[in-house]
Amino acid sequence: MGHGQVVRVDSFEAHPSAYRHWRLGLDGPVATLTLDIGEDNGLRPDYQLKQNSYDLGVDIELRDVSERLRFEHPEVRVVLVTSAQPKVFCAGANIPMLGTSTHHFKVNFCKYTNETRVGLEEATSESGQVWVAALNGTAAGGGYELALACEEILLIDDRSSAVSLPEVPLLGVLPGTGGLTRLVDKRRVRRDVADLFCTKAEGFRARDALRLGLVDATYPRSRWEEAVQARALEVAAARPARASQGIALPPLEVEVGADGARTYGSVQFTLSDDGRTATLLVQAPTAPPPTTAEALRAEGASTWALRAFRELDDALVHLRFNFPEVGLVLLRTAGDPVEVLAHDAALHALAGDWLADEITWLQARVLRHLDNTAKSMFAVVDEGSCFAGCLAEVVLAADRAYMLDVDGGPTLRVTRTASEGRLPMATGLTRLQNRFFGDVALVEGALATEGRALGGAEALELGLVTLAPDDLDWEDELRIAVEERVSLSPDALTGMEQNLRFVGPETCETRIYGRLSAWQNWIFQRPNATGEQGALTLYGHPERPRFDWERT
Amino acid sequence: MSIDYDAVIPNNVDLASDKRLQRALQTWQPSFLSWWQDMGPEGFQADDVYLRTAVSTEPGGWAQFGYVKMPDYRWGIFLADAVNDRRIGFGDHMGEPVWQEVPGEYRNVLQRIIVTQADTEPASVEQQRHLGATAPSLYDLRNLFQVNVEEGRHLWAMVYLLHGFFGRDGRDEADALLERRAGDVDNPRILDAFNQACPDWLTFFCFTTFTDRDGKYQLAALAESAFDPLSRTCRFMLTEEAHHLSVGEDGVKRVLLRAVELEREAPDGDVRAVGGIDLATIQKYVTYWFSYSLDLFGSEISSNAADFFASGVKGRYREDHEWTDHVALDTVERLPVMEDGRLVYREVPTRNAMNELLRAAYVQDSERVLKRWNRALEEAGTDFRLSLPSTRFFRRQGIYAGQHFDREGQPISAAAWEAQRDSWLPTAEDRAYVASLMHAVTEPGKMAHWIAPPSRGIDKQPVEFEYVRKA
Repeated sequence: MGHGQVVRVDSFEAHPSAYRHWRLGLDGPVATLTLDIGEDNGLRPDYQLKQNSYDLGVDIELRDVSERLRFEHPEVRVVLVTSAQPKVFCAGANIPMLGTSTHHFKVNFCKYTNETRVGLEEATSESGQVWVAALNGTAAGGGYELALACEEILLIDDRSSAVSLPEVPLLGVLPGTGGLTRLVDKRRVRRDVADLFCTKAEGFRARDALRLGLVDATYPRSRWEEAVQARALEVAAARPARASQGIALPPLEVEVGADGARTYGSVQFTLSDDGRTATLLVQAPTAPPPTTAEALRAEGASTWALRAFRELDDALVHLRFNFPEVGLVLLRTAGDPVEVLAHDAALHALAGDWLADEITWLQARVLRHLDNTAKSMFAVVDEGSCFAGCLAEVVLAADRAYMLDVDGGPTLRVTRTASEGRLPMATGLTRLQNRFFGDVALVEGALATEGRALGGAEALELGLVTLAPDDLDWEDELRIAVEERVSLSPDALTGMEQNLRFVGPETCETRIYGRLSAWQNWIFQRPNATGEQGALTLYGHPERPRFDWERT
Repeated sequence: MSIDYDAVIPNNVDLASDKRLQRALQTWQPSFLSWWQDMGPEGFQADDVYLRTAVSTEPGGWAQFGYVKMPDYRWGIFLADAVNDRRIGFGDHMGEPVWQEVPGEYRNVLQRIIVTQADTEPASVEQQRHLGATAPSLYDLRNLFQVNVEEGRHLWAMVYLLHGFFGRDGRDEADALLERRAGDVDNPRILDAFNQACPDWLTFFCFTTFTDRDGKYQLAALAESAFDPLSRTCRFMLTEEAHHLSVGEDGVKRVLLRAVELEREAPDGDVRAVGGIDLATIQKYVTYWFSYSLDLFGSEISSNAADFFASGVKGRYREDHEWTDHVALDTVERLPVMEDGRLVYREVPTRNAMNELLRAAYVQDSERVLKRWNRALEEAGTDFRLSLPSTRFFRRQGIYAGQHFDREGQPISAAAWEAQRDSWLPTAEDRAYVASLMHAVTEPGKMAHWIAPPSRGIDKQPVEFEYVRKA
C-alpha cells in the first residue's frame, strides 16, 4: 500500500496564539476549549475538513493545549471541550484524508491521536485537570472517541444531536482512537449494548444515550450553557487547588539539517547515510539541578529534566512521521552520569510540588512514547555515555542493549528513584518488572545496586544489558547487529517487538494500542476497507462497497 | 374490548386482521387524539367543518364531503393499489422485485427517511394552530382545517409504516412524533423550516405553496422506492398534497389580485394606505419561503443521497418518465461551487447530486407557479411581475450556506448583503404590518379587506356556503 499522498510534517509544535482549529478560553479554574475547524485549513489541500472533522493539524493543537495547560495553567481544574459549529460537535477523523493517505501515515496518525487521548486521561488522573466533553451537537466516530477520553460526557438534548460510532456500518473499519475499548472497559457499557451501538450508524440521541451509559448527563438547549457551566464549577470545586502561577513552555530550539537531522539543546537526532538507521542521543545536564521549588520554577522550561524530555518527545514524533524508512534507532547518551543522578534526586526530593510532579509525569509519558515507537531500538552504552537514573530507563526500554566492557569504561546506574515506580510503562509495571517478569529477586537485585556504577560484565550478569563485548569485538559486533537488523522485514519486526516489549497485565491503555495495531491496522490493509470496492475507499463516492464475505 | 377497527380507521391495509398493527395503534391512537386536542387547530375543535374524508382508494372514494367535527375526523390508512410484479426501477438493485418487507441492510436508513418525512406532518399542524383566529373567510378557514386534518392523515400514513415494519424502534419513533413540538427550543421538530412561526395568512399561503411543495417532491421521490409499502403510501399521499399546493397557490393569487385592485383605488397607488398588502411585500414573502424551502432538499453534494439512490431507497422525480439511465453511475452533473470567493463549475458524480436534481425539478415546478401568478397579474392589467431568487440566495443549508449572494446568485460581501437585505426579504416592519391586518371574518361569503374572493367554492358549493358552523 505505497500509494497515497505523502506529507512531510515540518513541525509538531503549536501555540494557542496561533491555533487554527481551537479557541482556548481561560476563566479561573475552568478552561474552555472550543473546536472550530476551518474547512480549508487542512494540512493538505486535497480534502476539506467539513463538519469539524479533524486531521493531524487539529490533533497537534489538541496535544499542545493538553500539555500546555498542565504546565502553564496549573490553576485550571476543568477543561471543557465543546464546539463552535451549529449542531455538530465533531465528526471524527476526516475520511477523505484517511482514504488518500499512505498506510504509514494512517497508522502513525492513529497512534498520535491515541497518545493524545491517553494524555487527556493522564491530565485528568495525574494533574487533576478534569477533561469534560460538552457535546453541544452530534459527536460521531472520532468525535465521540474524543469525548470518551474525557472524564465526563455531557450531551445536549435537542432531539437531534447524537453520539455514534459509525465506522463499522459506514466505513468498514474500526473506531481508531480507542472507542471500542473505552466503551466496555472504561465506561462499562455492556458488551451487547455496545454491539448494538457500534453497528447503528446514526447512534443514539440524548435520552437513549443517557439510559445506555454512553453519556453522563444531558441538558435541554434552553439550559445548556448554564447547566454546563454549573457542572464545570462543581467538578472544579471537587478538586484541590494546586497553584495559581504556571511556567511558560516556549518553542523548542532546534536546528534542522538538510537530511532532516535535528539538533536540540540536549538531544540530537541524526541519520545514517543510507537513511535506514537513526541515532537519538541525549546529553547529560552540565549544571547542577535546582534544589528548591522556587529555583525549579525560575529555571522553568529550561531545566534539564523537562527540556531534554520535551526534545526527545519531539524527535520521536518526527522520527515516526517523517522517516518511515528508518528501521533501527540507536539510543545513545553523552555526559556525566553523576549529573543525571543529581537532577533525578533533586526532582524526587521536590515530589509533591506541582511542577516537579508534572516534570516526572512528562518524563514517564515520553518514555511510554518510546515504548510505543514502531522502530527497532538498540541502546548503545559506550565510552562517554551516561545511562543513569531516568536515562537507564532508556536502556530498559530498548529492544536490545549493547554495552562496552572495558576497565574504566562506560557505566550503567540503576536507581530506586527512577526505576522503582516513578516512570511506569503503560501496563502499570516498571521497566524492571517488565524485564524480569515474575522474578522479584532479579528486580530487587538490580534495584539494590542503587546508583552504583556498573561495568559491562556486571550489567550483563544482572540482566540489564543484552551483550557486553570488549573493545576488540565492540565495533564489529555493533556493525553486524545493525546491518542484520535493518535487513529483516519491517512488518515482522514491528509485530515481534510489540509482542516482546510488553509482558504481564493489560490496562485499558495497552488494550487500546494493542488492538489498534492488531485489528485496525489489519483491517486498513484489507480489500473490504481499502480495496477498489472497499467501504473506506468508496465512502462519499457514488458506488456502494462490495465485500468479500469470507471471514477469517 | 373489541373495536371495529375498519369503522374507526378507514383503511385498505387489512387492519381488522393485523394484530401487530392493532396493538401498536391501540396506544398510539389515543395519544394522537390527545395531541390533536392539545396542538391541533385552537378554538374550533367542537365546530362542524365541511371536510373531505378519504374512505377508500376507489375513484371518488378519496373525497367524501360532509360536516365533521375535527376530532371525529376519520384518519385513515391508505396505500395506492399494488402494481403487479413491480420491479426496482433504479440503483444497484435495478430490475429486482421490490421489497414487501424492510431489508435489514437498509432498515436504519429507511426509518430515518420515514421519520424525517413524518415529522413535518404534525409540525405544520402545530405551526398553523393559531391561524383559525384570524381567517380571512369561512372558506379559507375550512381550507386551513382541510390541510390540517390531511397533514394529520399523512402522519397516520407514516406511522402505519413505522408500526407495521419497524418493530419496537418504529413504535418508539411513532411516539416521539407526538412529543416533539414545532418551534420549541428544547424539543424542536427535526427540520428547521418546520420550526418557523406561521403567524399570518400570507405566510400560510406561501408556506403551502413552497414548503408543502418540497413535500410533494420528497413524496414523489419516495414513491419510486424499492420498499413497496413506502412507495404505495407516498403515491396516495401525493393526491392530497396537490390540494394543499393549490390552497397556497390560489391564496397568494387572491392576495395579488386584491393588491392590484387596491392599488388602483388608492390615492398614489399606496396599497398599505388602504389596508391591503402591497405587491412588493408579497414578493418578499415569496422570496423568503422559496429560499427557506430549498434548504429542505439537503446538501447539493451528498454521500447520503448517493447511498439512498444506490440502495433503491429513494429515486428521482418521475424516475420512469424523465430519465433513461436509471443506474447513474458513470455520469456527472456540473454544479457551480464557491472556490476562493468565486463561482466555478465543478463536476459531481450524478448519484452524489441527487438532492440537487430533485431540487431542480422543484425549482422548475415553482417557476410554473410564478408563471401562473404573473399571468393573473397581466390579466389584471398591471405591469408588476413576481420572480424567484437564485437557488444560492439566502441559504442556510448546503454548499452555499454561510456565504452571501445577491438575488441573482452572485457572490457579494457581507456589507452589501446587509445593505440590501431589507429590500429582498420581509422586515420586522413588513411582518408587523401584515400581522396588523389579520382579523377573523366569520360571515359566510365575506372576505377580509386584503384578499379577493375565490373564483368558486368547495365541492360545487357556493362561496357563500357556511363552510364552518360554530358549535
